[in-house]
Amino acid sequence: MLGAGGGTSSYEEIETTDCIVLWGSNARSAHPIFFHHLIKGVRNGATMYAIDPRRTDSAEWADTWLGIDVGSDIALANAVAREIIHAGLADTAFIERATSGFDAFAEAVEPYTLELAETITGVPSSAIRSLAHDYATAETAQLCWTLGITEHHNATDNVFALINLALLTGHVGRYGSGLVPIRGQNNVQGGGDMGALPNKLPGFQDVTNDEHRAKFEAEWGAEVPPEPGWHVTEMLEAMGRGDITAMYIIGENPAQSEADSTHTVALLEGLDHLVVQDMFLTRTAQLADVVFPAAAGWAETDGTVTSSERRVQRVRAALEPPGEAKDDIAILFDLAATLGHDWGTPDAEAIWDELRRLSPMHAGMSYARLDDLGGIQWPCPDENHPGTPFLHAWLWDDPMVRDPAPFTPVEWVPPVDPLDEDYPIRLTTGRRLDGYNTGVQSGGYRSPIRHGAVIDMTPEQARDLGVDDGDEVRVTSRRGSVVVPVRLTQGLRKGLVFMAIHNPDDVDVNTLTIDAWDPRSGTAEFKATAVRIEQLTTT
Amino acid sequence: MWEGGERSALDDHLAHGGYRYATDRRNLLLPALHAVQSAIGWVSHGALNYIAERIPVSPAEAFGVAEFYELIATEPRPARVAYVCDDIACRTQGVEADLRILEDRLGPPGAAVGDVMWMRSPCLGQCDKGSAAFVQVAGGHDVVVAPAPAEAVIEILRTESPRSSVPEQPPVPGTSLLSRQATSLRDHLVGEGYVALRTALRMGADAVLDEIEASGLRGRGGASFPASVKWRAVAAEPAPRFVVCNADESEPGTFKDRVLMETDPYGLVEAITIAGFAVNAARGYIYIRGEYPVAQRRIEAAIAESRKAGLLGGDIAGSEFSFDIEVRRGAGAYICGEETALFNSIEGFRGEPRQKPPFPTQSGLFGRPTVVNNVETLMNVPAIVQDGGEAFAEIGTAESTGPKLFCVSGNVRRPGVYEAPLGVTTREVLEIAGGATGDLRAVLLGGAAGSFISGSTLDIPLTFEDTRAAGISLGSGVVMAFTTDVDMLTITRRIAHFFAEESCGLCVPCRVGTVRQEEALGRVQSGTATLADEAERLSELDTVLRDASICGLGQLSTVAVQSAIELRLIGESR
Repeated sequence: MLGAGGGTSSYEEIETTDCIVLWGSNARSAHPIFFHHLIKGVRNGATMYAIDPRRTDSAEWADTWLGIDVGSDIALANAVAREIIHAGLADTAFIERATSGFDAFAEAVEPYTLELAETITGVPSSAIRSLAHDYATAETAQLCWTLGITEHHNATDNVFALINLALLTGHVGRYGSGLVPIRGQNNVQGGGDMGALPNKLPGFQDVTNDEHRAKFEAEWGAEVPPEPGWHVTEMLEAMGRGDITAMYIIGENPAQSEADSTHTVALLEGLDHLVVQDMFLTRTAQLADVVFPAAAGWAETDGTVTSSERRVQRVRAALEPPGEAKDDIAILFDLAATLGHDWGTPDAEAIWDELRRLSPMHAGMSYARLDDLGGIQWPCPDENHPGTPFLHAWLWDDPMVRDPAPFTPVEWVPPVDPLDEDYPIRLTTGRRLDGYNTGVQSGGYRSPIRHGAVIDMTPEQARDLGVDDGDEVRVTSRRGSVVVPVRLTQGLRKGLVFMAIHNPDDVDVNTLTIDAWDPRSGTAEFKATAVRIEQLTTT
Repeated sequence: MWEGGERSALDDHLAHGGYRYATDRRNLLLPALHAVQSAIGWVSHGALNYIAERIPVSPAEAFGVAEFYELIATEPRPARVAYVCDDIACRTQGVEADLRILEDRLGPPGAAVGDVMWMRSPCLGQCDKGSAAFVQVAGGHDVVVAPAPAEAVIEILRTESPRSSVPEQPPVPGTSLLSRQATSLRDHLVGEGYVALRTALRMGADAVLDEIEASGLRGRGGASFPASVKWRAVAAEPAPRFVVCNADESEPGTFKDRVLMETDPYGLVEAITIAGFAVNAARGYIYIRGEYPVAQRRIEAAIAESRKAGLLGGDIAGSEFSFDIEVRRGAGAYICGEETALFNSIEGFRGEPRQKPPFPTQSGLFGRPTVVNNVETLMNVPAIVQDGGEAFAEIGTAESTGPKLFCVSGNVRRPGVYEAPLGVTTREVLEIAGGATGDLRAVLLGGAAGSFISGSTLDIPLTFEDTRAAGISLGSGVVMAFTTDVDMLTITRRIAHFFAEESCGLCVPCRVGTVRQEEALGRVQSGTATLADEAERLSELDTVLRDASICGLGQLSTVAVQSAIELRLIGESR
């Protein structure tokens, strides 16, 4: 965002901010560590809004919950922007100095009146107005989001809509004010930082940039292809076309994590050769020709992880991996040796120091400093640099020394999978507190609050369908059908049901979801599926 | 905002809630538990979950609060449950015989027989009656019966909608605190009621504080802290401020506050209002012991009537001062008489004491500056305002000013609440009550948290300074007499049992130590050990509990036992 692939703020900032907007995120269940920081902020007096189709555990902590209809985020954000502009609450000095494209943006949001937003989102206009006023008038504000924003076919537009709000109010680049996409795993941020993106080299350096590429080629003694690679979703399409015939998958379970999983499994089965490296024999690994058993990323591996606040921290091996398992670096080194390249002895610190030579944002982070400082937030360009608690302070330079941050006008479009008479109910998916993604890591542990594979609905919805708590129903989308027991909950409403993604072995929710995806981010629209639900006749 | 039941279309898309909302409503937890308990006789898991969702608070937190209180049942209970006093004052009157009858007729305590059950109870604050029972009535009003011989208890448990039956203490003309008998606003006004409040409003808050200071009034709850120091400290702190009247009178042998609330409820409402005016408080609370339903009803009526008459609420008596009072009902926990535990109880938490400092004057109820005074202390305020602090200071001694109420019970001819100026001796108080019924062996001064005294100590003037010098305490004004025919080991063990039962469990030394103390006395009583065998252990417990408990319950839980040993009331001749 704004040219950097990470959240702008430190966790500690949300503890003292004045206004917290949690948008499309059930962080209390899905990001509990971050939510602890958020709770401190709430206890310290922050006003909190939650924007989510469901009244989730997180939303219960909010002073106000705005229960928007699935996929109406842009309509809401644009209406908030319009209200801020019309109420004279925009930070005009900031906009003039630090941003570009405001006039076009103001024009683009002009049609999004509070009334129109109420019609599209279902949320009363008065509540939308309050959100606009409280966010704009807060001294500091944190706008946080997760997959409720990004698991849509127009994910990038959703994110732009939120960035626009921060630019409009000056809630970015200052301590306490920022844009905070929360990462779902301890090292999602680190994956991106290390170049696990189709178009980036480590340190977010562009593969299309000759200068960047030359640096890596010199260090590695090998040529780096100048074209961007493919997102997972693009890879699946390439497999469908026969352009990809072999695949090496490290620590992913696409057979169960991708939308429309029946289709995904068929593609994986159609490969000439599949290699999977994982700590568990996942569903994907079961399809593989070769499986490399990997050590656990924590406790059995030396290295670093990077959290959502861009903090690089060391992890240390405390145990030998069991059986034939090896840590990921050792497997790669062995593979290289087998392929005729002697990379020497695997050494996490040596690899890290190589990164520091290549990635300016990591240059100052020696292992010794990471130890001493308890982790360092990037960018950290040299060994005297303390790290960067929050990003984009340059937006407040006067006069500006960099190009202004652009507004990006975006339009609301409904979800790709429409509701109609045959598929009248909106299914949305997500996480529960004691489940982790496809359940590979969490399914093996007992939990007193695990509900198993269930479909959540309100008592009113169940009554309409003629079913009760625990009854099995058939859920059918335009792509597939599953049978699943009903669980009655209060956080939903008629026409909106929820399934968690953690139980693909019992009920594969992704046989229902649509693989419509955003070509710019590679994320699929897991959050909006049209379904019908039928009572199973008891025999 | 959806709160159960039918939902409106708006609830689908909008809800207000969150931390502030939950924090603001947490104090409704105990009243909600009381409401369910009162309706069906226990708090079912379904009801608890519903309350937890409505507050909102986590069900585990709500359960932790519910199970803290004796009067809130978390397991099914019969519709009518009688708590029959088996505490020390009633034991001097032979209550054990009645309890044996109850056991024969209704089964052992705590066992449900049909839709009734009886339990043994600590002191119910009816010590002048010789026996007493408090009856929880599901779907009706809780009642008190005193005296309560076995037959009366059985009868009331069989009655569908029982009524309270307690003889009233007649007014004592010429006294400062006991001369009134006004349970209607009219009676109160006839007796010069609300003159003091109007005087205070006219004088202004500073002048009221000056008079309180001049009066030398000290707290009557046991700590004898100067009221004016408390009030001035709170008045100097930022708003909002609170006034809390501690009416959780639970010290065994104490019943004066109940008598004051039952005979002069308007006087207390007026006194709290004056205190509220003096410190410019936002609100007042009266926390009334759960076993005092009659006092609670009279106070509630006094508040409602005063409000109706414009003497409480907005713009009191045309003065632009606004103040209101809320009644909170305790639920059977002695510890809630400790001021910070009382705050926690009002706030909807387990009634466990807080670490001090900060003191209530800085951080009391809801973390705000709070004046907390005992009922008797506050009841002196109208007279001080009306007649002036100096007139009040002329009563008693230089350091211990004003009248004091004494709760006289045990082996005396005329048990009851008596008023005497501070400085009176224990022996004189006993004489006022007609003297002992036999050969006086000892007097328990100050309640279960006080100490046994005998001999020349009975002639020490009962002032704060003289008692402190003698290493004893006036406490809540308990004067309980024991003649030579009383088994003092049984009495002492009952006191130890009381503290073991009532320890809130927060501090380990108290949670464990109070139990160990009772066990040691139990061994002595059963003959498996002599007092000499246990003396060292009891002495060590005394040291540990004094040193390592954060509140008075633990710190004072060994005092009576140690004094009984010292005076050789127990251990030698059984």
